[in-house]
Amino acid sequence: MHPPLLSVKALTTTFRTEAGVFPAVDGLSFDVAPGEVLGIVGESGSGKSVTALSILGLLPDPPGRIASGSIRFEGQEIVGMSKTELRALRGPSIGMIFQEPMTSLNPVFRIGDQIIETIRAHEPVSKAQARQRAIGLLDRVGISMSERRLDDYPHQLSGGMRQRVMIAIALACSPRLLLADEPTTALDVTIQAQLLDLLRDIQRETNMAVVIITHNMGVIAEFADRVLVMYAGRLAEQGTVDAVFTTPRHPYTQGLLASTPSLEREETRLATIPGVLPQLNETLPGCRFAPRCARRSDACLQSKPPMVDTGQGQLAACFHWDVSAPGAVP
Amino acid sequence: MSTVQPLVVVEGLAKHYPVRDGLLIPREIGQVRAVDGVSFSVNEGETLGLVGESGCGKSTVAKLLMRLVEPTAGRVCIDGQDLASLAPTELRHARRALQIVFQDPQASLNPRMRAEDIVVEPLVIQGAQRGAALRQRAAELLEMVGLSAAQGGSYPHEFSGGQRQRLGIARAIAPKPRFIVCDEAVSALDVSVQAQIINLLQDLQRDLKLSYLFISHDLSVVKHISDRVAVMYLGKIVEIADKQSLYRSPVHPYTRALIASIPVAHPRLRQARSRLVGDMPSPMAPPTGCAFHTRCPHTADVCRSHEPMLLDQGGGRRVACHFAERFAPVLTTTSS
Repeated sequence: MHPPLLSVKALTTTFRTEAGVFPAVDGLSFDVAPGEVLGIVGESGSGKSVTALSILGLLPDPPGRIASGSIRFEGQEIVGMSKTELRALRGPSIGMIFQEPMTSLNPVFRIGDQIIETIRAHEPVSKAQARQRAIGLLDRVGISMSERRLDDYPHQLSGGMRQRVMIAIALACSPRLLLADEPTTALDVTIQAQLLDLLRDIQRETNMAVVIITHNMGVIAEFADRVLVMYAGRLAEQGTVDAVFTTPRHPYTQGLLASTPSLEREETRLATIPGVLPQLNETLPGCRFAPRCARRSDACLQSKPPMVDTGQGQLAACFHWDVSAPGAVP
Repeated sequence: MSTVQPLVVVEGLAKHYPVRDGLLIPREIGQVRAVDGVSFSVNEGETLGLVGESGCGKSTVAKLLMRLVEPTAGRVCIDGQDLASLAPTELRHARRALQIVFQDPQASLNPRMRAEDIVVEPLVIQGAQRGAALRQRAAELLEMVGLSAAQGGSYPHEFSGGQRQRLGIARAIAPKPRFIVCDEAVSALDVSVQAQIINLLQDLQRDLKLSYLFISHDLSVVKHISDRVAVMYLGKIVEIADKQSLYRSPVHPYTRALIASIPVAHPRLRQARSRLVGDMPSPMAPPTGCAFHTRCPHTADVCRSHEPMLLDQGGGRRVACHFAERFAPVLTTTSS
């Protein structure tokens, strides 16, 4: 067993609102092994993006704050690090890609300068050397005529091209971990497919670990080795992609899979999860999914279900995971 | 084949936007052919899906159908009546028959109006008198979309995203339309809520005998809800067919690439597939010949020089590709 590259233990990240302080991420624990592709899936308010921002030390503070827990990267504690230490970590250790490349790229600088700046911020190389590296990176992410493209401004590129530039910047310092938060959500499906292929190729070549965060079950199934399913700030289920998609144990995962329209299944009516996602400020003593759950019992409303090993390392936070549910995916 | 007249007939619909340059003396330097000769029909009680990537013109089609923008060319007929020929007062009357549900309920609901006023606003515009009868109708509409009459006094911000979309749907069905354009109507919703709204749309279709034009970039949702599907690329329909044949055996190389690009939510169905290269060309300078030839893996000389027509391939399928026959599935049934 390798020691984990990233180890998150009992992470609780809170947000201050007018109504009080509420956890957006509530007691989240998971590991990422070197070279592993981990998917985090969830709907709005699941806490998946706040998890990413917590790891990167990019929480808007205030109102956001890591209230408790630990995040270790290669054994080194990230929680409590100074801004300078975090900046040194981002880039060479942890690369990142966000959903909207237009807002992540600076519109008034040429893309070449933005890549070169990233390289030179972390490594003592000359401008000419950094420029050569930038050309190589643009080639690698599939941008043709890369030497000429260095002089383009972000607005001259299409959405897919801008996201390729973001990947080039994220890879500039050969990070051991890439955090990709909804990297293909704003893109058309044919462009999404191109970028997922590109990310997978690069991941295999470099053996860097990837944490991909998305609301799209299809992207997870195609791309990730292991998956965390989050609901309302908590972990509902985790396991290998194969196990979670074929034998989901948590009622929420089952509902999520059944309510996703499928290209393969022929169904006249979609299964639904009744009700709506809870608000951040809704405090529930028990399981946060209980109000929408068909298997809810008194225990679910009163106490928080522990993570239970349901076999082969698949974990589900449910008192009733072994009750076969109506509407469960066979 | 049925001989019933389609409810909606769209013929040669086009919208070209002028592109101007020059600060003081604007001059036209080109045209964006947002929609360029689109024809289709929708039968009574049917859902036609319209898919395509950003910039293909699918939302402009929605606006043209509603006559929210004036077409450059073409006709939209509902029940045999050509909307373009109608005077404004007549158009307002005819609009009862067609309604639209937008993507973003947040932006399409007036934040200062209460739910019960929002849902009957189309009726007030049509001349209905405010009073007990209208309030009764509002309560009825709210319940039809799965909200309670008691929520009528609430403002849009007090509802969740899915509930706001229910309000948008209630408003659309208020004038008892026969045809509703759903423009990315479920795209902004979370999966678990999206499924509820899709089911609601299907229930209302059955109960009220509605026809839908369901516009979306999400091919899985379109497959679920549609009877027939049209695929657009750069302002034109490249393939239209019933959904089973379109998804099972797509013919146009673009349709094939589009379907192959959808990530499948099942790890055991993971597969390496051929990918489309490049981006969609600018609609201001569309490629000559077949607009798809710059990205097509099967491009030949004829594709660069001649634009393919949308031709009948049998079985209700029409395809705009010079090599449609090469890609067509072998038809085993001759019943049609």
